[in-house]
Amino acid sequence: MAENQLNQKPVESSGLMSWIDARFPATETFEYHMSKYYAPKNVNWLYLFGWLATFVLVNQLITGIWLTMNYVPSGDAAFASVEYIMRDVEFGWLIRYLHSTGASAFFLVVFLHMFRALAYGSYRGPRELVWLIGMAIFAVLMIEGFFGYLLPWGNMSYWGAQVIVSLVGAVPVVGPDLMEWVRGDFLMSDVALNRFFALHVVALPIVLLGLVFVHFVSLHHVGSNNPDGIEIKKNKDENGVPLDGIPFFPYIVVHDVDATVRFLFVFCLVVFFAPEMGGYFIEKPNFEVANPLKTPDHIAPVWYFTPYYAMLRAATFPLFGMDAKFWGLVTMGAAVIIPAALPWLDRSPVKSMRYKGWPSRIALGALCVSFIVLGWLGLQPATKTYTMLAQLFTLLYFAYFVLMPWYTRVEQTKPEPERVT
Amino acid sequence: MSTGDAVHDAPTGDSSNSDGTSRRYFLIQATSVVGAAGAVGAAWPFVSYWSPSEKAKALGAPVKIDVSKLAPGEMLSPIVAWRGKPVFVVRRDAETLASLETNTEMLADPDSAVAEQQPDFAVNAWRSERKEYGIFLGICTHLGCSPKYLVTDNFVETGQGGFFCPCHGSRFDMAGRVVKGVPAPSNMEVPPYRFESDTVVVIG
Ligand code: HEM
Ligand code: FES
Repeated sequence: MAENQLNQKPVESSGLMSWIDARFPATETFEYHMSKYYAPKNVNWLYLFGWLATFVLVNQLITGIWLTMNYVPSGDAAFASVEYIMRDVEFGWLIRYLHSTGASAFFLVVFLHMFRALAYGSYRGPRELVWLIGMAIFAVLMIEGFFGYLLPWGNMSYWGAQVIVSLVGAVPVVGPDLMEWVRGDFLMSDVALNRFFALHVVALPIVLLGLVFVHFVSLHHVGSNNPDGIEIKKNKDENGVPLDGIPFFPYIVVHDVDATVRFLFVFCLVVFFAPEMGGYFIEKPNFEVANPLKTPDHIAPVWYFTPYYAMLRAATFPLFGMDAKFWGLVTMGAAVIIPAALPWLDRSPVKSMRYKGWPSRIALGALCVSFIVLGWLGLQPATKTYTMLAQLFTLLYFAYFVLMPWYTRVEQTKPEPERVT
Repeated sequence: MSTGDAVHDAPTGDSSNSDGTSRRYFLIQATSVVGAAGAVGAAWPFVSYWSPSEKAKALGAPVKIDVSKLAPGEMLSPIVAWRGKPVFVVRRDAETLASLETNTEMLADPDSAVAEQQPDFAVNAWRSERKEYGIFLGICTHLGCSPKYLVTDNFVETGQGGFFCPCHGSRFDMAGRVVKGVPAPSNMEVPPYRFESDTVVVIG
């Protein structure tokens, strides 16, 4: 038996485990995060995506490390080294497609993971930090995806990166210098390629792992929310165990394993039969090497950036003495950051969509529709009609957030149940 | 200090407060300020490391372009690069040149008022040294894509040619001047250049 550091309650263990526990809180940690971590018994399928995101993260780390073994980060050799991985390296195609499909899967599961938080009010107290850390993860993930996309040094990589880095130039006063500093050159060159590589394979993965770790620690400190949006810690038995909780290990773990198998089934179908997904996961012009003198006829980012890209393009007029480019940057930045304010925008007496009123449901529906429509618009050429549509849906997207303090307060809500349903 | 821990309390003496709190406070402040300055100093090399290197700065040699084969209405192909950026060379016919002086309603900056976008010699309706030859950096002033040269149908209203940026739909006329109401904020840049002879132009 070893002493528990926190409350001096002895931890049950024997033999080797007891020797370890005296020196490292192994059993204690396992109990705290697994066998004695009580998850609400009513969590549903939307609660699987946190685990799936973790699983995809591991996939990205492993396949990513393997790719670096043959990838060459230089303007002259990058494109050829990717072709080499695809054609000559044993199973190189598999490793690369696992990584490229994994990137899309990552965003898909994270979007669903975030949707769950919106639907059940998981961002509300006491989980504000879980949410904010999640937002930080999301921001880092976007940057990680952007850097990764440059690495194959295809023509779409090149011009996509050119456009996004040029955005930095829209910052007032210091913009142009900042842009040169980010690129390390007067145009996109392999100087940028090299530093993006370093950030993509070393710096950001470390940051991401750190953030995911604190995401878990803070979640386990406050406990998981559930589809009813009520706190299971309010009803405990005589041992302090929530009446509506079930131990994470083995009960939730079993569900997660089941979800992993289902996920892998779909994931592998894509990896083996549609890794390019008709140009949405790997875009057509990226099968041509970067050409600094020729922009592809139609440039669009990968699908997971297109909603934000459409909002960037929706700003087409100067305002308050600043040009449209600047407002595009502001709109896009605000669209990414604004969900961070949700814990303080939501004034409803209830958390879950199950007990909120129609205004909240319509607002969430409108948010999802505008996000999807903007995602589609971001893939289209910028014609007059499309630009107007993009402006309309950008407004709708922001309305969800900006009007939330109002509609969550005035709407008629249903009473929350005492216990989970 | 409320703990009254003799070992950790500062010795009393010349400090204003008999238990040394204010001196301790001062020391903490001073250490923080010096520490912050040190952190900024230590960050400096790491930040500077990202700036363009001497090698990147040195790559900027002038390039020579032969325009003898360029027919009116055409853009020089293949595109030449100067400092890695595409250079567009177009030869404009008399009709186009005339329209450059009259079709200015639709333009955001018809008189090339933004000084950084061209050398002084190009502050005129055709934005060039020699009327016929328009020479521009083929980089959209919005977010840096390279626009397409459209011989006739860039401006449906007038049937005039010009440049169209596929990225976010910015349009420029045959003098690289930006049209109103598109995302690009300014005219395309005119690089410094001079004609060495009637057919050879030196960029840079
Ligand atoms: C690398 C990406 C991420 C990983 C690996 C991850 C992992 C997890 C895991 C395993 C859980 C517990 C299981 C679950 O509730 O689904 C969780 C919960 C949560 N995550 Fe994430 N997450 C990620 C990104 C995000 C993002 C981008 C956000 C939002 C901005 C977010 C917000 C939340 C919230 C609010 C909860 C608590 C949900 C509740 O209790 O109802 N996470 N996360
Ligand atoms: S880069 Fe040309 S319009 Fe945006």
